[in-house]
Amino acid sequence: MAKSQRKSQKSASETVQIYLLEHVRVLFASLGRIMKTPFTSLMTVLVLSVTLTLAGGFYLMVKNIQQLSGSLEISNQISVFLKTNVHEREAKTLAASIKALSEVDKLKVIGKRQAMEEFKAYSGFGDALAALDSNPLPIVLQVQPVAKSMDAAAIKRLMDKFERYPAVDFVQLDMLWVKRLQSISALLERAVMVLNSLLAVAIIFIMGNTIRLELQNRREEVLIAKLVGATHAFVQRPFIYTGFWLGLFAGVLAWVLISLIVLALSEPVENIASLYQGQFELLFLSFTETLGLLAVSALLGVLGAWVVLFYQLRQIRPA
Amino acid sequence: MLTFDHVSKRYPDAGDALQDVSFYLAPGEMAFLTGHSGAGKSTLLKLIAMMEKCSRGHAILAGKNLNRVSEWQIPYIRRQLGLIFQDYKLLLDRTVFDNVALPLVVSGYHHHEIGRRVRAALDKVGLLGQEKKYPLALSGGEQQRVGIARAVVNKPRLILADEPTGNLDPELSEEVMHLFEQFQQVGVTVLIASHDIDLISRMNYRVLKLDHGQLVQEG
Repeated sequence: MAKSQRKSQKSASETVQIYLLEHVRVLFASLGRIMKTPFTSLMTVLVLSVTLTLAGGFYLMVKNIQQLSGSLEISNQISVFLKTNVHEREAKTLAASIKALSEVDKLKVIGKRQAMEEFKAYSGFGDALAALDSNPLPIVLQVQPVAKSMDAAAIKRLMDKFERYPAVDFVQLDMLWVKRLQSISALLERAVMVLNSLLAVAIIFIMGNTIRLELQNRREEVLIAKLVGATHAFVQRPFIYTGFWLGLFAGVLAWVLISLIVLALSEPVENIASLYQGQFELLFLSFTETLGLLAVSALLGVLGAWVVLFYQLRQIRPA
Repeated sequence: MLTFDHVSKRYPDAGDALQDVSFYLAPGEMAFLTGHSGAGKSTLLKLIAMMEKCSRGHAILAGKNLNRVSEWQIPYIRRQLGLIFQDYKLLLDRTVFDNVALPLVVSGYHHHEIGRRVRAALDKVGLLGQEKKYPLALSGGEQQRVGIARAVVNKPRLILADEPTGNLDPELSEEVMHLFEQFQQVGVTVLIASHDIDLISRMNYRVLKLDHGQLVQEG
């Protein structure tokens, strides 16, 4: 009687404690099992991490392109290209009259020589250009309209006005390609979202297959555990944790791979950035995003394991 | 403890394994279940262990009608049983200790309690001190005793043994049967399926005899 009383007293807090301890035990037991078959585990982790690297890489690409289009958003600069036969002096007069317009805030003249210098420096055609006996580049007037929030119609009117000058060849709104870039980056974001969802499904299936094999290897153990009264939850726990560990390891490895890719790309990207005189910096995964990557990979591992267990574990029954 | 009330079990491809079997096992009773191979001994035990369900009739274990037990309750029914198999069904990659501890781990016992109970069970079957060994390092008789320790570690109300001495020589068989007697003496109900007529006749217990799925002798 006293014994059974003690037993029932135990049930409240101690049951929870035993339950948690059991989880911790299985957590490390499954880690131990993974370590016991290093080759098989490594294969799975590698396949998973490559898939995760693809997904993470796509994500980073979109993030960087968004950064690029974001930083360019502020410029609604108008480039006025003059005809090539227009000379410096003529251009200066035109520039002065444009600057006098109330809609114009700032104006910068880029002369033929300056344009040539820049082109030589950044295009990589330096030597070829030296072979030319005359400068083919036109003079450009970079016009900054007054208000940055000037509406599209007003900008259009201003551009039409510039185009009517006889010395002007054509007028280009820099905003236009910023907008194009933005819509391309939106499209890209959507595409990457779809692609990454597919990759997530792939990860779930890769993990599912791994767990299915593991389940086959441990069939006897599952049967015996069920015979001595193991619940479904008890039997599936080690497999769920195996999915967790494999997913987590794949996430860590994917992080390393993504870092290496970013490192390898950072120099060429910086060169391109300097070409566009932008303060573009190749973005890497932030701390939160790194945590997110690990959480998502571990979660997908658990999900993959769970999907297979849900169907297959019921079929393993003592008979 | 255990009541079979007009129980039949029919397999779709193999026909009737049990036909209209009725008997009652009192708490603390020990009985043998015998008959030729294929007579339905294993099927009968499987019905109790909830590895199969009756086609007709009712099997009632400790007041619980096994036909009305839902899937999720099965583990909790099995925890009241101690199952012993001819092929021992030990986990070969686990130590003797871990094998015997499995029913307790599964039921969520505290590890102090597990250690204490496992050692008590191993002591009872005479294997104390062997707990760190792996099953394959033991003889057949010792492996079966590990299986018995595992079956009793959870203090079951009913022990079901399916040909427990099938793979053992007469001397070891006698030892194993003696163990079952000891459990019966402390109040556990024991049902042993066996076709070892010699051994059964030497022990003075109730015999249930099956023939082609029918109970032909009781008492």
